[in-house]
Amino acid sequence: MLLLKNISKHFGGVVATDCVTLEVRDGEIHALIGPNGAGKTTLIGQISGALGLDAGEIHFFGKNISLLRQYERVRAGLARSYQITSIFRRFSVLDNLALAVQARSGSSFRFWQPVASEAALFDEARSLVKEMGLEGRENSLAATLAHGEQRALEVGLALATRPRLVLLDEPMAGMGPEESRRMIELIGRVRAQATVLLVEHDMDAVFRLADRISVMVDGRLIATDLPERIKLNPEVRKAYLGDEVAA
Amino acid sequence: MLGAFLASSFVQMTGSFTAGVLLAIPATAALAMILEISVLRTLYARDHLSQVLATFALILIINEVTRLVWGSDAALPMPVALSGPVELLPGLRYPAYRLVIIGVGALVALLLFVLVTKTKVGMLVRAGASNREMALAMGVNIKLLFTVVFGVGGALCAVAGAMLAPLFAVQVGMGENILILAFVVIVIGGIGSIRGALVGAVLVGVVDTIGRAFLPILFGMFFQPRVASAAGPAIASVMIYLLMAVVLFFRPQGLFPARG
Amino acid sequence: MKRSLFIFILLAMFPLVMSAVDNLFYVSFASRVLIYAIAATSLNLVLGYGGMISFGHAAFVGTGAYVASILIAEGVTSAWIGWSAAIAASAIAAWLIGAVSLRTRGVYFIMITLAFAQMMFYLVNSMKAYGGDEGLTLPVRADLGFDLGNEIAFYYVVLALLAATLYALHRLVHSRFGRVVIAIRENEARAEAIGLPVYRYKLACFVIAGAAGGLAGALLASHGKYVNPNVLHWLQSGTLMIMVILGGVGRLWGGAIGATVLLGLEHVISDYPIPWLAQIAPNYQQHGNLGVGAVLLAIVLFAPQGIAGLLDRKNASS
Repeated sequence: MLLLKNISKHFGGVVATDCVTLEVRDGEIHALIGPNGAGKTTLIGQISGALGLDAGEIHFFGKNISLLRQYERVRAGLARSYQITSIFRRFSVLDNLALAVQARSGSSFRFWQPVASEAALFDEARSLVKEMGLEGRENSLAATLAHGEQRALEVGLALATRPRLVLLDEPMAGMGPEESRRMIELIGRVRAQATVLLVEHDMDAVFRLADRISVMVDGRLIATDLPERIKLNPEVRKAYLGDEVAA
Repeated sequence: MLGAFLASSFVQMTGSFTAGVLLAIPATAALAMILEISVLRTLYARDHLSQVLATFALILIINEVTRLVWGSDAALPMPVALSGPVELLPGLRYPAYRLVIIGVGALVALLLFVLVTKTKVGMLVRAGASNREMALAMGVNIKLLFTVVFGVGGALCAVAGAMLAPLFAVQVGMGENILILAFVVIVIGGIGSIRGALVGAVLVGVVDTIGRAFLPILFGMFFQPRVASAAGPAIASVMIYLLMAVVLFFRPQGLFPARG
Repeated sequence: MKRSLFIFILLAMFPLVMSAVDNLFYVSFASRVLIYAIAATSLNLVLGYGGMISFGHAAFVGTGAYVASILIAEGVTSAWIGWSAAIAASAIAAWLIGAVSLRTRGVYFIMITLAFAQMMFYLVNSMKAYGGDEGLTLPVRADLGFDLGNEIAFYYVVLALLAATLYALHRLVHSRFGRVVIAIRENEARAEAIGLPVYRYKLACFVIAGAAGGLAGALLASHGKYVNPNVLHWLQSGTLMIMVILGGVGRLWGGAIGATVLLGLEHVISDYPIPWLAQIAPNYQQHGNLGVGAVLLAIVLFAPQGIAGLLDRKNASS
């Protein structure tokens, strides 16, 4: 449902993404892995619309979305979470999620009625709070959350827009084992509602969750395959995995 | 403004225009560096609103202090030697002093270009502006560098202020009009770009002067006299802002945005 | 809410007290303070709540003032028409300036709003037909169907408009629109990433603030029966910003508090000389800006939340 054709991006002399062609199928969890600096976050930026395309096209459900602004892509069902947590720090957890729900449901050019009176908005926000495992923290300011909780909120904001495809950029960044375990479960649950393109360094999570894996090195996509076969792919091992994983 | 006022005092002390201007340059640079070290440094880490309000506060304070020290204005007369016209071409005479200004302007532009692009110091400045932490990590004394840069900026202001003084009055608040023009130039030329500043400045100067000279005449050809005499000068006075709006509409980054 | 109501009741009783002691000067002065409260509050919307550092807000106040004045000078004295026209004109000016300026950010945006405001200043300055740099004196104040030349009547009208402005701001802040605007201030990138067309909301906020500023300008013109280009000067924009930061950025009463404190201090300093200070610095009253600058610098460096922020902290800890 998502098709990238020869996507490229350069910053001055640096080529960040280089003729990347990638396809994400409906309903799968597709992992994108690669060494640091491989261009994964740049690619996510280009897919979400935050970064422009120097070359190539992006098709989403058959439509060419290459020229759509970021907020238009979100409205079309393409959401993203950030590698470096980007939430509304001075809003409460509930307000964070309610805002995302509000963005999705009707115009916000309403100047008189208080948002607090929209019960439906907050009901949905509360169910999202539960889904993200943040019960009990809903009235806390986002800035006061623990790191793992903030990452959960981070993903929650993306999911609140009810996307058909969600781009998760290193959701487990900086998490300890217990928090990672919970995030893995959460992503597994997301599969039921949306297709996932997952960028991650945590190989345990990747191999547990992914239906297919793509590998990026130096801006280029060097392989796309089933997890078992990626493990055995010599180019991938040379560039990235190292021989320990095979053992 | 400080450059102009200081030059005025130095000229009166030394009796020589050149000496006065030359003395004002390091004096203004020194004041600029003191300001940077004492107040401006603490603002680098702050948000934009704080920076804007703090510098606005400094303008108010410095304006009043200038008034207390010098009074609301000062005199800096044009040097006699330069007050006459020069015959560039047969029949084309141009004031000598303004020729000197053009010369000094071109010289400064050249010096600045060489300094920023060709020297090691210039490279350090660009590095520090582009990525402060990295430059610090590589052993560059960023704090000293930025202080010196600010001092150089102050020196340039002194040159501008002192040279401008014989043509327009030396008065408190003279810097602010130029400041706004500088903003327009930077926006049109592109932030962080010396080339952009040069192109922007020339463009602004040309558009403003030609506009003021010819727009009323142009209007007079197409509109009734009553309308033309009112609208012509009015539009001419805001030509450069309209230019800025047009540039912004098509290129919000300016004409020559600096890379990185 | 209750506190606000209490304050308004006090403000409503003020002119009655003043007329009892036969001092109408202070009623007029208070009107002026209230008008600036409206102006500062309008800036607070775009600056405090919206996070857009507009250094050219005086342009909208001035546009309103001039449109209202020109109408009166041309014989249209109805405030219903004049003040509505002022609001509309300021809204249009804000729409035009905002549409171009909001495509930029950070320092750029600040410089551009400043430049556009100066553009309006020069434009108005060159309008010889309406006084040019000498300004325009008006024969009468606008009328609402009843005479506003009476200081007490004018005061109550302004008070009512301030109350309406603050109430509207209160509702706006808690509405869907308000939440979006504040969220954009908090994290613009994420706001766009959850599907909000950020530019449109910022522009709408900018226009609303400009329109409210225009109303303040129209009131200002009627109050003094005089308008001159200085009302558009960037120093006026700066003064409004000082009021907002003094009173409390992003707080409902911030603009009103700031206007009261700044204008109050200005009046006290210029009209009530302090003997010992006059001995040290004989002309100190003419150098009031030095004090303003020093106080502003101190606030920026040490108390960025302004007076309302300090009050809030006191209430929170007690």
